Amino acid sequence: MAESELSSLDASVGLTAESLSPGRLAYRRFLTHKAAVVSVFVLALLVLWVLLSPWTARYGVNEQVFDISKGPNQNLPPADFAWFGTDIIGRDVYSRVLYGVRVSLIIGLASAVFSLALGSLIGAVAGLKGGLFDDIVMRVTDVFLAFPFLVALLVVRNMFGAVGWITVIVGQPSSIRFMVFLFAVFGWMGVARVLRAQVLSLKEREFIEAARALGASNARIIIRHLLPNSIGPMLVSLSLGVVGAIVSEATLSLFGYGPDPGTGATSLGLLVAGSKSAVRAGYWWLALYPFAALLVITLCVSFIGDGLRDAFDPKHGGGR
Amino acid sequence: MLRYALRRAVWLLPTLILVTFLVYVALRLGTDPLASYRRTNIRVSKKKVDEYIAANGLYSGAFGYVRGYFQWLWGFITLDWPRSIKGSREVWPHLKDALANSIRLGLVASMVGILVGNAFGVLAALRPGRLRDTLVNSGALVGLAVPPFVSALLLQLLFAVYWQKWFGYALFPVSGVYPPGHQGFDLFLMIKHMALPVVVVAIQSIAVYSRYMRASLLDVLNSEYMRTARSKGISERRVLVHHALRNALIPVTTLAFLDVGAVVGGLIITEGLFEYPGMGRFFLVAYGNGDFPELMPWMVVIIGSVVTFNLLADIAYAKLDPRIRLG
Amino acid sequence: MDPVLSIKDLRVSFRTPAGTVQAVRGVSLDVQPGELVGIVGESGSGKSVSFLSIMGLLPDTATVTGSAVVAGTEMIGVRADQVRSQRGKKIAMIFQDPLSALNPVHRIGAQIVEMIQAHQDVSREAAHSRAVELLDLVGLPQPDVRAKQYPHEFSGGMRQRVMIAMAIANDPDVLIADEPTTALDVTVQAQILEVIENVRQQLRTAVVFITHDLGVVARIADRVEVMYAGNTAERGLVNDIFAAPNHPYTRGLLSSLPSANRERLKPIIGAPPNMISPPSGCAFRARCEHATDACASAGTALVRVGATETSCIRASELQGSRQ
Ligand SMILES: Nc1ncnc2c1ncn2[C@@H]1O[C@H](COP(=O)(O)OP(=O)(O)O)[C@@H](O)[C@H]1O
Ligand SMILES: [Mg+2]
Repeated sequence: MAESELSSLDASVGLTAESLSPGRLAYRRFLTHKAAVVSVFVLALLVLWVLLSPWTARYGVNEQVFDISKGPNQNLPPADFAWFGTDIIGRDVYSRVLYGVRVSLIIGLASAVFSLALGSLIGAVAGLKGGLFDDIVMRVTDVFLAFPFLVALLVVRNMFGAVGWITVIVGQPSSIRFMVFLFAVFGWMGVARVLRAQVLSLKEREFIEAARALGASNARIIIRHLLPNSIGPMLVSLSLGVVGAIVSEATLSLFGYGPDPGTGATSLGLLVAGSKSAVRAGYWWLALYPFAALLVITLCVSFIGDGLRDAFDPKHGGGR
Repeated sequence: MLRYALRRAVWLLPTLILVTFLVYVALRLGTDPLASYRRTNIRVSKKKVDEYIAANGLYSGAFGYVRGYFQWLWGFITLDWPRSIKGSREVWPHLKDALANSIRLGLVASMVGILVGNAFGVLAALRPGRLRDTLVNSGALVGLAVPPFVSALLLQLLFAVYWQKWFGYALFPVSGVYPPGHQGFDLFLMIKHMALPVVVVAIQSIAVYSRYMRASLLDVLNSEYMRTARSKGISERRVLVHHALRNALIPVTTLAFLDVGAVVGGLIITEGLFEYPGMGRFFLVAYGNGDFPELMPWMVVIIGSVVTFNLLADIAYAKLDPRIRLG
Repeated sequence: MDPVLSIKDLRVSFRTPAGTVQAVRGVSLDVQPGELVGIVGESGSGKSVSFLSIMGLLPDTATVTGSAVVAGTEMIGVRADQVRSQRGKKIAMIFQDPLSALNPVHRIGAQIVEMIQAHQDVSREAAHSRAVELLDLVGLPQPDVRAKQYPHEFSGGMRQRVMIAMAIANDPDVLIADEPTTALDVTVQAQILEVIENVRQQLRTAVVFITHDLGVVARIADRVEVMYAGNTAERGLVNDIFAAPNHPYTRGLLSSLPSANRERLKPIIGAPPNMISPPSGCAFRARCEHATDACASAGTALVRVGATETSCIRASELQGSRQ
């Protein structure tokens, strides 16, 4: 159905809801996306479970399920004293998955928030100002987006790691702070593109013209009009950013470039990396449970992102 | 058309030079080639180190970087490539094999992804909101949400380790192109070794293309000229192929060109986990060793491929869409 | 003379998530060969849907009942390929937005050739030279050069000429023009009207001209059909409709028309009804200053009052009081 037909249909049906704010309308549309709503609940449950790890975890991060003197405790398949089995030095995989998810969520959220802040700022300014700044930003992102992601990530990681003052501020390349910094450096580009496109399309609209005519400054325009109007794409970017950082952390860990979250702590990436050899040895529980935790996060966020996209941009929706 | 292509092609060289220079700087900063050289070749003579510096142009200072880059470039162009730091072997024969292996894996996986993905996308777009659309759409979301290392390791667990346990043999091998020690060409073995990596890569591209094609075709199907086409009284088949698909394929083709260009450097995770001797593994090993003489030619191949296919994508776009056919 | 298009009790409804939209609720209309009938009414009154349904161009969500016979062939409730074999041949249609109505990736000539070859067994070359002739007929300068160009190389007015050339390629008996000038500048509008008028005179094609602009209708139509909420409100010869309208809705449309001897426009107050649950009786009564209780149970049958036929049950009464 063409868009004009849709809107005339809305009009005839009395759905064009001048009475409902765009935000409420989007919220209602989001609720019709069943997979997304279920995902919100599942994700919320997981996050809650992880946040409550002092109570929900059964062992300490470095604690063995029982002392080696009582018998072999390594690589045990799931049992009632260790629901997800034990790892190579007899620690409880279930508890470690909880701790790992906690670290990964922190990395994901922090990176996504920084990317979003940085990307929105750069994208909005590039879109509003145009000219040379815009050109440079777009070319830089072009180059990075065209490059194999992992290569760019590794090269930039080592390059920043070699720069003294950067490591002073964000720590060594193996620190979590450095990871967050690295992912933010990569993450802003996607956000900036989205925001810039949004700004360019909003710039065409008359209410921005009107604001300009009334003598509003650029900064005012950004804050008053552009950002509220970009809330949809920004939420989508945020959710994708969280998953992107978590998966990137896991990928880096897989090849030995991951974080070292300090004594005995772990991350999803480190757990996944540990599973590489476990897979060939046939210790499936060492792979399956961390994967499951990771997949719950990526799948939920994926569906939530899809729901948000449909909600804020119904035209591109369609199938559930 | 030709003029447009030529005008774009003129930019190929400057872009290559600029990007390789940036990569040169980034690699020198990031891998510290000299330290890696000393680490790999312990107790190496001062003379050898100086030779290494001269061969790779690893001079210090801002000017040293520029001079070093052009010296490296000259050596690269005249095919006078410095030898690898590990084992001091020639780079090209090794790189060539890696390239061939990656192209083989990448092309097969891309073909599967493009064909299957687009077919799914078309099926979904033709019945928007119906069951098959829902299946394709959510299937693609799931496919995109599964990181390649997860599918790679799960496939290994199932088809190699557990298959071995249950049936006494591994259905698919988990590493390499051939079993260790194998000599000569064997298509069957090659396919067997490639099967799991291809599946891992294809899952992603099927997901990407089915979504992309679906969106593109839906856009076209909603356009006014589709109604005009139907109003002519031509067959529905002709309407779909000649009018809808012809337009929907424009963005999809562009994406396919970009993808194929990225494929040689884009399979690092898959190649790494399957110990597949392609470009990705070449990079991981070389990067791990800080092997500057191996990394630079690798980068040139990757960048060259990306830039060239970018150009081809633009040309294809201009060829398919008369609206941007510029003089 | 037999009508080339005969519509009887045409009804169209759409299934939507919000309910069933009754877009067209029993329209009957005869069009004689060579005649130019204007269809007017506010946006949403069912003008486009009526004729799209005859062309078989509505989405699957539409249910169409009634009858529409085009030059002897029934178009409603028959097999899809029967409808398809007629469209483009005996009945053709042009649309509101010429900018998006042509396929951007095919040459103009090829798009007309496709139309010709869909219904005539002629060679590509013959079809192409016919296409060039047609482009010449609709007043496109340098038609042989233009035929090889793409739509984006044409202005809006030129594209609408191309659409007309394409529509008349198989010498149809009926040409449906759905707001063909609405998206165009006023000067271009006049040219397109002239082209349509030419086509009608040279080919004796009957034209159904859909518009919400009574001014345009006054210029070119022989007869006028006024539609409101999926029904015919009034019909008559164009002069009679303008001189002595009998339906309050027609009068409302006329007084919202800019004219030299009136200071300000008087738009009709209110909005058309919701077509999911249309009101009983006369659909216009909520907006009508003459509405009485009887209007709530009025039918939709047309009765002759003065020179026109109208569905307004108070028409003769009101006519008397106005004189
Ligand atoms: N595809 C559709 N689905 C649902 N309702 C539709 C569709 N197309 C048109 N309608 C509704 O049918 C009614 C008549 O529309 P239309 O014939 O386009 O009006 P107009 O007189 O402006 O041409 C409107 O209420 C419109 O909302
Ligand atoms: Mg209409």
